[in-house]
Amino acid sequence: MKVGELASALGLEVLTGNVNLDRTIQSGYTSDLLSDVIANIEEDAVWITIQRHINILGVAKLKDIAAILIPNNLQLDQEVIDKARAESIAILRGRNTAFELSGLLYNALKEV
Amino acid sequence: MAVDTFQFTPKINLEFAIREKDFFVAGESASRVKKTLQQLGMQQEIIKRVAVIIYEAAMNVAIHASHGMLRVFISPEAITIETDDAGGGIPDVDLAMKEGYSTATHEIREMGFGAGMGLPNIRQCADELKIDSKVGVGTLLQATVYFTNR
Amino acid sequence: MTLREIQAYLGAEVLCGEGQLDREVHEAFACDLISEMLASAGSHMLLITSLTNAHVIHTAEVIDALGVIFVGGRRPAEDVIEIVKKNSSIPILTTKCQMFDCCGLLFARGVQADRKDSL
Repeated sequence: MKVGELASALGLEVLTGNVNLDRTIQSGYTSDLLSDVIANIEEDAVWITIQRHINILGVAKLKDIAAILIPNNLQLDQEVIDKARAESIAILRGRNTAFELSGLLYNALKEV
Repeated sequence: MAVDTFQFTPKINLEFAIREKDFFVAGESASRVKKTLQQLGMQQEIIKRVAVIIYEAAMNVAIHASHGMLRVFISPEAITIETDDAGGGIPDVDLAMKEGYSTATHEIREMGFGAGMGLPNIRQCADELKIDSKVGVGTLLQATVYFTNR
Repeated sequence: MTLREIQAYLGAEVLCGEGQLDREVHEAFACDLISEMLASAGSHMLLITSLTNAHVIHTAEVIDALGVIFVGGRRPAEDVIEIVKKNSSIPILTTKCQMFDCCGLLFARGVQADRKDSL
């Protein structure tokens, strides 16, 4: 499943335009602790987090993450969105909680 | 003769000392005050708001100040939570109120704090919030929760 | 789903609160930030988290969680478990599943997202 397909399947908002929508997703990872993500996330994963600090982009870049998914319709600073676009990192946003988005993505990846 | 129990209940005050980096006391005092309020038979929703304010306010003192006091005043009409600290002070209170704004270190963030939610959480839970801060001196925070519906 | 069923389903280990495993879980909340738990959690939910410090236990009490499950095989230090055993009856479990899989599996079994409706 591709990032763009996930966004339409789950009705997610794409905050970073066309960036990285063709990237294939292999797995999901839910965590709000950056050191945990650095240690444990796999490549090509969608990272579900409520963290919106600009440091999330460094982690995404370092671990070659497919997309960042922000729950609860939380707001991001424009600075973070602009930097993500410049760094070719897709940021998606959903209305559901992290628990629900994890559940939905888990199901979606299983069906592929 | 009908007795208004509250009328005879003395004002109850609780007090906790908070030292720098003593992060444990924040959660402990929140749990303890919560238990006290449950024993007094207060409404769950009020208790939760008070406990959240105590937790966040005490955590702010432990993170940012060199030492401080947490006081909880319980009267028949309201509960007031006060933190009074000596330490850094807040240069820009409006900015500190902004969700996501934080000056906490990486270490604090990895403990699960410092996401810039503390003061916004307190404001959300309090009916009244007063912050008086002087840079290099300290911060006095007073948050009040009334028992009547908001 | 009861906590006991969840324990079996996720291959989880019970660290304390064995007496409370019949509690029925309808909702769950997954989060690693204390302030977010305090701000957004409702009550009577299962708290799923990677944080294993004493703050999480206090927070779980403050938000009236039914129980806590630590993910990724994490477990709190022994002294934290001792403090919980002394002061609280809250059930605490640990599973090797990562948070993502833990949420996925529980969601597939009909556990709902916890939503705060008051406060």
